[in-house]
Amino acid sequence: MASDRTMRDNMGKKTRARTRDKEEKDGETKMAASSSVLSMSKLIKPLWGGRLGNTVKVFGPTLTSRRERSSAAGENIPLPAKYGGRHTVTLIPGDGIGPELLNHVREVFRFSCVPVDFEVVNVNSAMTSEDDINNAITAIRRNGVALKGNIETNHTMPPSVKSRNNLLRTSLDLYANVMHCQSLPGVQTRHKDIDILIVRENTEGEYSSLEHESVTGVVESLKIITRTNSLRIADYAFKLAREKGRRRVTAVHKANIMKLGDGLFLQCCREVASGYPDLQFDAMIVDNTTMQLVSNPEQFDVMVMPNLYGNVVSNVCAGLVGGPGLVPGANYGKDYAVFETATRNTGKSIAGRNIANPTAMLLASCMMLDHLKLYEYASLLRTAILTCMNETRLHTADIGGQGTTSEVVQSIMKLIQSKGQLTTDL
Amino acid sequence: LKLFTTLRDDLQGNVTAIKGPGGKWMIPPDAKESMDQSKIGLKGPLKTPIAAGHPSMNLLLRKTFDLYANVRPCVSIEGYKTPYTDVNLVTIRENTEGEYSGIEHVIVDGVVQSIKLITEDASRRIAEYAFEYARNNQRSSVTAVHKANIMRMSDGLFLRKCREVAETYKDIKFTEMYLDTVCLNMVQDPTQFDVLVMPNLYGDILSDLCAGLIGGLGVTPSGNIGANGVAIFESVHGTAPDIAGLDMANPTALLLSAVMMLRHMGLHEYGKKIETACFDTIRDKKVLTKDLGGNSKCSEFTADICRRVVDMD
Repeated sequence: MASDRTMRDNMGKKTRARTRDKEEKDGETKMAASSSVLSMSKLIKPLWGGRLGNTVKVFGPTLTSRRERSSAAGENIPLPAKYGGRHTVTLIPGDGIGPELLNHVREVFRFSCVPVDFEVVNVNSAMTSEDDINNAITAIRRNGVALKGNIETNHTMPPSVKSRNNLLRTSLDLYANVMHCQSLPGVQTRHKDIDILIVRENTEGEYSSLEHESVTGVVESLKIITRTNSLRIADYAFKLAREKGRRRVTAVHKANIMKLGDGLFLQCCREVASGYPDLQFDAMIVDNTTMQLVSNPEQFDVMVMPNLYGNVVSNVCAGLVGGPGLVPGANYGKDYAVFETATRNTGKSIAGRNIANPTAMLLASCMMLDHLKLYEYASLLRTAILTCMNETRLHTADIGGQGTTSEVVQSIMKLIQSKGQLTTDL
Repeated sequence: LKLFTTLRDDLQGNVTAIKGPGGKWMIPPDAKESMDQSKIGLKGPLKTPIAAGHPSMNLLLRKTFDLYANVRPCVSIEGYKTPYTDVNLVTIRENTEGEYSGIEHVIVDGVVQSIKLITEDASRRIAEYAFEYARNNQRSSVTAVHKANIMRMSDGLFLRKCREVAETYKDIKFTEMYLDTVCLNMVQDPTQFDVLVMPNLYGDILSDLCAGLIGGLGVTPSGNIGANGVAIFESVHGTAPDIAGLDMANPTALLLSAVMMLRHMGLHEYGKKIETACFDTIRDKKVLTKDLGGNSKCSEFTADICRRVVDMD
């Protein structure tokens, strides 16, 4: 049949695309097929070993509802892998507290019968070859979504051994890092009523890893700012602000000193802002921003900024709402999404001692469930986590309590069970 | 001593750039000469008009005297409540190179490249100054702030130099911490930090962050140390043209910078007296300027401080 043939052609194209150079940044080439065939073949993505046929009939009726899916970026993100009603997500344990926290996530998911299967890919940070991380990248390309712990970067190694996390972000072109910092009523902090959405450019800026030693003793490091990426991130920020009903976007920069670089970034933000007259736009210099954040954080709404300032501001905000154990983060690209804790700590000093705070990783998994459109599971899990945090006040050591990680996780699972949801045994 | 303190109020920066022979912008030669002689300076805020045609005054000063270290001690002020108490740290920032080298190019239309320069000499110099400062001021530890996991070569070089210098100062504890970890911990528990040394950009952000912890730029002193023993102490706030001449300004930042200057010159007693007087006045909350929450004039504020200094003798 004609449709079968087009499907097989598209499958062939997919295979060829995949065996292409791994370092290609842009992922698979867009196929010039009709959108229905496109979404069907994306559905059958995990099965391109050859099991076609019946699956198309099974997913036929759900196609129309899926096709209208759009994200904050406004474009249609290709659907994540789903077969038999269950999603497959890549899981990268990372180092430090990553493995134990992700085990807890898997435990909670299994307990609540969440239809997500994890494909675990281990990345050994001690090895200098990049095979491990390339396997992980391929797995994420296959599944579309990932949940990861932080991979340690040993900064005493030579510059040729690049940061694995950075490699992942740039290869998959995860250009937007989104972090939502919100004051939680159950956590004691110096400032109250914080509700800041941080959108940070994730691929270029100071993190381009382009360095050279022109003369011995003089090292130059390049910070790259491009118009396309700045426009892209500004666009993402404004769309997100509109989607979440926010009123004000603040661009953070240092254009008084880096006139061309940050000047370009600021100009792009202003251009995008003119297309959103309903949203208020202003700009603030990064040192003033940090000063305002520690004295008056309630004034900020949505913030957009290049890579390094994003690093500083997101860590400051995470500290303001209670620490690295509470805030989840998400990295969005055009085709992929990777979820992790917002401040990306390996937590080596607390690894294996059952004292890490599982909240950040669990909330990150909720964000992932939202991304996979499993909204009921996401809100169920989120309510349980926040109830545990705010009402039962079972806190781990980092927020001043005495609970262990497993106690907190058990408590969350009990709360899920009490809602009458279908669960396995505790 | 009373004269010394009253002198502090009406310090203004009234130096403008002039074009010297050869077309290079520079500070008027008599100002430069007097600095070279005395080696110590106290500076109020300098305004750079936007379309002035000459580079920023602060930049000129920095280049002329090779002010390579910017020191900002941040100590919580008892009378001025902020959410953070017991802050007592010093940020030492490399002031000549790093991200602020000003070297930028447009490579292709739409792609801009900024160069961050880190040199061995500058890194060693700032590390040495940091340890010297720690030793002279009875500080127990120095922390190098960096991002060597991403900027392996540049921050790696900075870090290596810091480590080398740390070897020669065995009495002072040396630690290294990532910039993001420092930011995270700083807003949760600033008491764990002592002396921080770092390249230019991180220093800019962190020193302003710490200033915010203790109450802002109106109460933060700052010193710039240069080669050949030159040192200029200044307040880092703006010129505030809207309240200039109205006797409303808060002189605390400038006063504390003056105290720093006295300490630098070795006149520790005098410095201590003025500092205690200033803190006592703020703590008593009777005569405070508008930005500190009171209603008094600048002259009343300083008169109170002078009175206390006299009482102490």
